[in-house]
Amino acid sequence: MQRFVFNILTTLIGLTFILRLGYLQIIKYDKSKQMLDNLAIKVEKTYPERGFIYDRNNQLLVANQPAYDIMVIPRDIQNLDTLAFCEMLNISKEQLDRTLGRAKRYSTRLPSVVLSNLSKNEYAVFQEKMRRFPGFFVRAKSLRDYYTSAGANVLGYISEVNQDDINKNAYYIQGENIGRTGIEKQYEKYLRGSKGVRYIQKDRFNREIGPYENGVYDTLARIGLDINITIDKELQEYAEKLMNGKRGGIVALEPKTGEILSMVSGPTYDPALLVGRKRSKNYTKLHYDSISKPTWDRSILAEPSPGSPFKVLNALAALQEGTLDEDEKVRCYQGFFVGGVKRGCHCGGGLRDLNDGLRNSCNAYFADVFKSFYNKYEKTADAHDSWTKHMQSFGLGNYLGTDLPTGRPGRIPNTAYYDRAYGKNQWYNSFIISNAIGQGEVAATPIQLANMTAAIANRGYFITPHMIKNISDGSEIPSRFKRKRFTTIDSKHFEPIVKGMSEVYKRGTARWIQVPDIEIAGKTGTVENFTIINGVKTQLTDHSVFVAFAPVENPRIALAVYIEHGYYGARYAGHIASLMIEKYLKGEISRKDLEARMLTKTLEHEYAKPLSGEPFEINEYVW
Amino acid sequence: MSGKSFLWRVDWLILLLYLALSFFGWLNLYSTTVTDTDTSLFDFSTYYGKQLFFFCLSIVMFFSISLLDDRFFERFSSIFYFVGLFLLIGLFAFGETIAGATSWYDLGAFNFQPSEFAKLTTVLGLAKYLSDLQTDIKKPSSQVFAVLLILAPVVLVVPQPDPGSALIFLALFLVLFYEGFPIYFLIFAVVLALLFGLTLMFGPILIGIIYAVLLLFYFGFKSPSIKIPRLAMAAFVLFSGLIITGTTYVFEEVFEDRHRDRFNLWLNLEKNTNELESIRKSIGYNTIQAEEAIASGRWLGKGFLKGTRTKGDFVPQQHTDYIFSSVGEEWGFIASALVIVAFVLLLNRLVRIAERQKRHFNRLFGYGITAILLFHFVINIGMVLGLLPTIGIPLPFFSYGGSGQLFMSLMLFIFLKMDANRLNQDGGL
Repeated sequence: MQRFVFNILTTLIGLTFILRLGYLQIIKYDKSKQMLDNLAIKVEKTYPERGFIYDRNNQLLVANQPAYDIMVIPRDIQNLDTLAFCEMLNISKEQLDRTLGRAKRYSTRLPSVVLSNLSKNEYAVFQEKMRRFPGFFVRAKSLRDYYTSAGANVLGYISEVNQDDINKNAYYIQGENIGRTGIEKQYEKYLRGSKGVRYIQKDRFNREIGPYENGVYDTLARIGLDINITIDKELQEYAEKLMNGKRGGIVALEPKTGEILSMVSGPTYDPALLVGRKRSKNYTKLHYDSISKPTWDRSILAEPSPGSPFKVLNALAALQEGTLDEDEKVRCYQGFFVGGVKRGCHCGGGLRDLNDGLRNSCNAYFADVFKSFYNKYEKTADAHDSWTKHMQSFGLGNYLGTDLPTGRPGRIPNTAYYDRAYGKNQWYNSFIISNAIGQGEVAATPIQLANMTAAIANRGYFITPHMIKNISDGSEIPSRFKRKRFTTIDSKHFEPIVKGMSEVYKRGTARWIQVPDIEIAGKTGTVENFTIINGVKTQLTDHSVFVAFAPVENPRIALAVYIEHGYYGARYAGHIASLMIEKYLKGEISRKDLEARMLTKTLEHEYAKPLSGEPFEINEYVW
Repeated sequence: MSGKSFLWRVDWLILLLYLALSFFGWLNLYSTTVTDTDTSLFDFSTYYGKQLFFFCLSIVMFFSISLLDDRFFERFSSIFYFVGLFLLIGLFAFGETIAGATSWYDLGAFNFQPSEFAKLTTVLGLAKYLSDLQTDIKKPSSQVFAVLLILAPVVLVVPQPDPGSALIFLALFLVLFYEGFPIYFLIFAVVLALLFGLTLMFGPILIGIIYAVLLLFYFGFKSPSIKIPRLAMAAFVLFSGLIITGTTYVFEEVFEDRHRDRFNLWLNLEKNTNELESIRKSIGYNTIQAEEAIASGRWLGKGFLKGTRTKGDFVPQQHTDYIFSSVGEEWGFIASALVIVAFVLLLNRLVRIAERQKRHFNRLFGYGITAILLFHFVINIGMVLGLLPTIGIPLPFFSYGGSGQLFMSLMLFIFLKMDANRLNQDGGL
């Protein structure tokens, strides 16, 4: 009886199992699902090489170099000789343990990076001994290779995508690179190309035996496109050398096209620092330098007061509004009076007309121009609206719309701004008279100053500054980089201004910087510079500003140079500008001693003053 | 002794089933663990190489046992039993920890798992005690002693921790019931387990009411066919009441998440589909992978060494507990069903042979090893097919494990030897 029960019981169990088997294998079986995750097919992405970057003269700036990552599949590690491994790769045991721990936590059977970006030489050593370390292998990839040490702020850098990038853009998967800043970011879409997919059939030993279905599902990688940027490599490199030890920004444009010839931020760094194994260390060092801020692009992000070059715009607006007669003379009392308070002027005093006022950068003259402008209108607010409109038409007070992934608007304070500050209709032109000489609430980035200069060079219009010159597949560059943007000033009003600016160079504040055989129109600027040290407002050495274009007729270059703590306009900014113009127009420098002085003189001692904690002198004449 | 040689008298059906299952099992082990760099079958660094060695060792054992006196194991069974317990105790001091369980002795070239040995010795010990003339399973004192014999190794194996192996020892209760241990204990156990599950599924109030009504009916129309002592009945009612009221507390407060998840998955308790999906992906991962691997085999399977899921190593523990998924994938429905049939045949044949033993000890021994084999078979395949919750128990003759292979073989061989000599044996005195 008991055996009978047992027989029945075991038979029932056996039947249950067989029915369940049948259900799983015959009835529930889902073919589509099985096809989807067919494990015998490997999906492999093929990566195109990233496009090269050339300058305007087809000089190579950025190419690629092979690099190697050491990878590990943790479960394949056998008898790892930790000591030998660490010695070979020159890493510490703790570092190895940490990396392997992380790799194991990620996955024991998927590859993880142990050490990235080995150079060819390091790779050669490893390759020889690789057989002794099962579980480890090498993945080749490509890194950026720089053919210039200049233009880090322009070119930008690439780095591996993070989870954020992946969430934002489904194209990217872990381990791919993406442009982070500069050109690399802006033209990422062209430079990266697009990756291809290959489906590979594998056999039972996981060996690849060929393309799946003869490759009908495969897609080819599309190679990254090469681009030309408008930068002039030689000018850029030269300008960065001139910036040695100085802080500030330089932007040089081709006025007719709005192409950016060079864009320098000082201090800068070698772009090659952000490639390879030392990258992370270098980046940390640069990023956390909160005093000289090498990763902060002063040429497009710094928003200082523009200083005297701004007088030019006030004069233009006044000419347009008909409140300024270029021949009418204004007396300078080595200063001027605002509400009974004397404001200083360093032009020497005397009677000034427009040409004189520009040439000697007379504060009193331009304060008068400013006052007359506002007096044309009954209400200050209306006058100011008109003024704002004129200023904004030069690309100031708003984002320029360049093809750089970053930028700042500068500041042209509008009526609402002053209404907030003083109360509606409670302010008058005397409140904001500092704007007459570019020292008030106005602020502009160096690229805005350069663009403003280009608009003057063009006598009334500018083209949005941009970097893109050519894309190798012949794609059109955006039309907004071809369109003229006219200012609100009629072109005839520019002539007296240009004349005055060339007088500045011939006989005025910038006469020290003359270049043989080159006609330059320029305007110096000396910007007062205040900071707060231990809660006390303290004046520091002035900023040195210079804007210029050359040649005066048919200009080929317009530029703005802004040197922090550089004292008066002609001292650093003017000289540097003249050297750059000479370099660009002539290709060589005739004034060798001046060049040597600019290349070697640094302003580090000036930058150290406010940090030293010691009392210091400002605006010293000593070199 | 009969004049015919041992090989003529041995039960060929069992021997053939044993050889077939072992050989087929080894083929699957080879398939799940071979890599393209392996060269030699007897390579001791590979799983299949070691298993082949143990299989050969088993065959040597087969012939060695045939030379022993057939009462050898009966005579020394008490000693064996205590050696088994002693080895289990020794683990606490000298055990080797693998994957969190201290279940092995490190013997250099291989590891020895005493719980496998203890299965054999416990069967021996129990058979010896129950076949003793002074033992009367109807008497409470004998009942208590027999239960203690079974529970002693369980108590030692649970803290390793190896609850799967511990569960196997409980199979020996079947022998007790077979021998006349009051059957109502079995019924009680089943009812209590059912109550636990039903309370989880339907809540204590509904189940409590239904259960109370059923109990009233039972006491109202008490049938005299099975006599249940009042004390046992009272204890049972008390326990069932405790279970109905306490289940929720135990489930929520005493169980850990992993335990809860297993029940949630098995009994479909989780109603939140997202939650259920996450449980399926974590704790149910093995089961899902195993089921999918089996499903992909269809009627005839993908062929030996061609299972992509097996090759991809997708099913965890596929060379041990989950090896049946590889059978399903590479050999398909027909062969898998045949394996199940073979196991059922083997179990029934073992019982059949056990019943024809004249010696009480031999008969009990046969029941014992059948019960153990039955538990292994039911729990393992039930788990791989997703019918039972995940409990780590190997499939005899298939799963990798030297000790398991060796002692499972030994149990069969000892029994075959007893059976071969049954004509020469007296009634057990």
